[in-house]
Amino acid sequence: MTIKHADEYRDPEISRKIVEQINNLSKKKIRLMEVCGTHTMSIFRNGIRKLIPDTISLLSGPGCPVCVTAQNEIDAFIEISGKPDTIITTFGDLMRVPGTGSSLQKERAKGKDIRIIYSTFDAIEIARKNPDKRVIFLGVGFETTAPTVAASILSARDMKIDNYFVYSAHKTVPRALFALMKTEGIKIDGFILPGHVSVIIGTGAYLPFFNRFKMPCVVAGFEPSDILQAILMLAEQIENKSPELKNAYTRAVSFKGNEKAIRIMNDVFEQADVAWRGIGVIPGSGLKIRDEFSNFDAGKKFEIISKDSKEPKGCACGEILTGLKTPVECPLYKKICTPVEPVGPCMVSSEGTCAAYYKYHNGD
Amino acid sequence: MCLAIPSKIVKIENNMGIIDVDGVQRQASLLLLEDPKVGEYVIVHAGFAIKKIDEEAAMETLKVLREALAFAEKSEPAG
Amino acid sequence: MKTDRILLDHGSGGKISHSLTLDIMLPVFDNPMLSKLNDGAILNIGGKKFAFSTDTYVVDPIFFPGGNIGELAIYGTVNDIAMCGGTPLYLSAGLVIEEGFPISDLKKIIKSMGAAAAKAGVKVVTGDTKVVPKGAADKIFINTSGIGPIPDDIDVGCEKAVPGDIIILSGTIADHGITVLTQREGMTFTSSVKSDTAPLNHMVEKIFSSSKNIHVLRDPTRGGVGTSLNEIAEKSNCGIKIYENKIPVKNEVKGICELLGFDPLYIANEGKLLAFVSPEDAGKVLSAVRKDEFGNEACIIGEVVPGHPGKVFLETGIGGTRMVDMLTGEQLPRIC
Ligand code: SF4
Ligand code: SF4
Repeated sequence: MTIKHADEYRDPEISRKIVEQINNLSKKKIRLMEVCGTHTMSIFRNGIRKLIPDTISLLSGPGCPVCVTAQNEIDAFIEISGKPDTIITTFGDLMRVPGTGSSLQKERAKGKDIRIIYSTFDAIEIARKNPDKRVIFLGVGFETTAPTVAASILSARDMKIDNYFVYSAHKTVPRALFALMKTEGIKIDGFILPGHVSVIIGTGAYLPFFNRFKMPCVVAGFEPSDILQAILMLAEQIENKSPELKNAYTRAVSFKGNEKAIRIMNDVFEQADVAWRGIGVIPGSGLKIRDEFSNFDAGKKFEIISKDSKEPKGCACGEILTGLKTPVECPLYKKICTPVEPVGPCMVSSEGTCAAYYKYHNGD
Repeated sequence: MCLAIPSKIVKIENNMGIIDVDGVQRQASLLLLEDPKVGEYVIVHAGFAIKKIDEEAAMETLKVLREALAFAEKSEPAG
Repeated sequence: MKTDRILLDHGSGGKISHSLTLDIMLPVFDNPMLSKLNDGAILNIGGKKFAFSTDTYVVDPIFFPGGNIGELAIYGTVNDIAMCGGTPLYLSAGLVIEEGFPISDLKKIIKSMGAAAAKAGVKVVTGDTKVVPKGAADKIFINTSGIGPIPDDIDVGCEKAVPGDIIILSGTIADHGITVLTQREGMTFTSSVKSDTAPLNHMVEKIFSSSKNIHVLRDPTRGGVGTSLNEIAEKSNCGIKIYENKIPVKNEVKGICELLGFDPLYIANEGKLLAFVSPEDAGKVLSAVRKDEFGNEACIIGEVVPGHPGKVFLETGIGGTRMVDMLTGEQLPRIC
């Protein structure tokens, strides 16, 4: 038996043929950036770097929402977990991220009530069952996750649940691409655009970016032949000097995206200027909860004394996230910084670039 | 993090659906979909179905991939 | 950032657990039998070799599809002894029970421990029961220890793999870990996956009667096949290559792994073994394993290669290669 809409794209023969085409076609030395963390993982897990010609370098971009979360936000999460009568709910990735002095995982070991959930509905359920507690969801994610969080706030309102709160640290991708292009020293020849962010926002959302920079851009799915196909399409555009905004994931991504999800997201959130780790403040790239829903806004409900947040000393996460450095170029990599004792977030999150290198890269 | 495995809707109740991947079933919210139907394949993220799979586009992609395969095979010298 | 407290990660069977053993336990108890850090210790008593092993079971939930904590406690120790090449004979059982635990559940557990012991052909010869106040333990914890003689002509160990060895896996991976996981609170899966909890001592007997060229036996429990292979590669100072396409995973298990972003290579098994065999005997051993009731899906998944000491490589489904590292901590469901 096969998993429909997945196994078809894992056929070794098809992959081999695409690789052959890439080999025949790609002559120039090129640098492609995959913006999405899931792409990074898939590229490593399938051993794609070893299959493609040496002339093509794959750089990992700011595509892991955990990694780009700024240090003061991580510290705020940890601080909130110390408020009385609260239950913190979060997706698993955040647990190990080191804040300035602690991590959620370490706070849990000290007895704080911090629970890993799989969906925001779990958090609402916890809120319903614990009316005397304040249940806070730590909202980290891009446009893929934000609509699901928005939907949870709408549901909580409809169900008249008043002890559910969201701390929104959500971010949006297209604006980050603009900021990335302005980073000093950046050298990128083409972008592999995220799969599921694009499912929501649609390829159309990248048009302003494309029109401004005329960079080869291809939206890709996550299976091996999806990614190889995108690499092939980018190589072709670069060789022919004909940049285009293309979609190699048409079974899931349309031009307009999921309009209902966009509507729900915009009903609850509005744009804000937020800081990204490694990039700095990007205007309009964050999502904050609209005033109408301020009853659900943990950021407004709880006083957070923003203390001096310090990014881990010596950590090159910022340069890694912008493709300026690879993990092996970080002096701490593998020596002091390991997944067991992570120094920076890129080593923690399962889709962080340093963690992916640590797990799958064999040194050459 | 996104898990890209498409799942099939096998049951719908209010705004919740039962979705199936290879015999494994679980619940997912259908709130973010326009007009979901039993039998359709959807992409699920964090407990929510976020998009229906476009069957036609999937067929088209596969056709292109397989044609490339057949073409490459034909044009390759035997042996 | 060092931690001054025990984290759940310390119990995951991966790298963090190892650091606990290496940094805290080993320096204190240091002796040549312990320092091998195998599943069990190999003792020399009056010129005869014995395998001795202990394990504590805290599985939650205590009843799960395909087994329960009692059965697991018997088979787990039986298997540890078998992996040392020993013939498990006698077991001890220690129970820690939380106040308020239903006696009917206890009876069920003990009954299945009895049935498991009979099936494996071992006797539980000594035991102990403690009851602790409500909240001081979660329902019931069971410790078992066991001992069994090792025939003179058998010499297996994690440090004995050599280049050329063929790696046999006795069946599908990740069944136990995924089953237990899907039973936990908050996981709302329905599926028909079952734990693979099973005794492996009879299979091991069949293996040894088919060949004397067995170098390593290992049951990939906590930390999964990925972690076990890394331990073997490290201790034997050799490289290991495995093939993604050859590693059997049940469809449903694969589906759940995909949904949660888990790698089945790191998920626990409770009724599977890895055998490292000289190439000339691989066929014989494979068919011996397949004859056992718990080994009919056995297959060859890879080999020991020259060079790359301590490293495990995987050839991916599409023909790429990647490294398989040891698990670093509890796998956390990943969602953006
Ligand atoms: S290796 Fe560690 S310290 Fe270096 S950039 Fe990565 S996360 Fe930061
Ligand atoms: S939400 Fe987007 S960026 Fe995050 S993993 Fe999914 S596709 Fe990638």
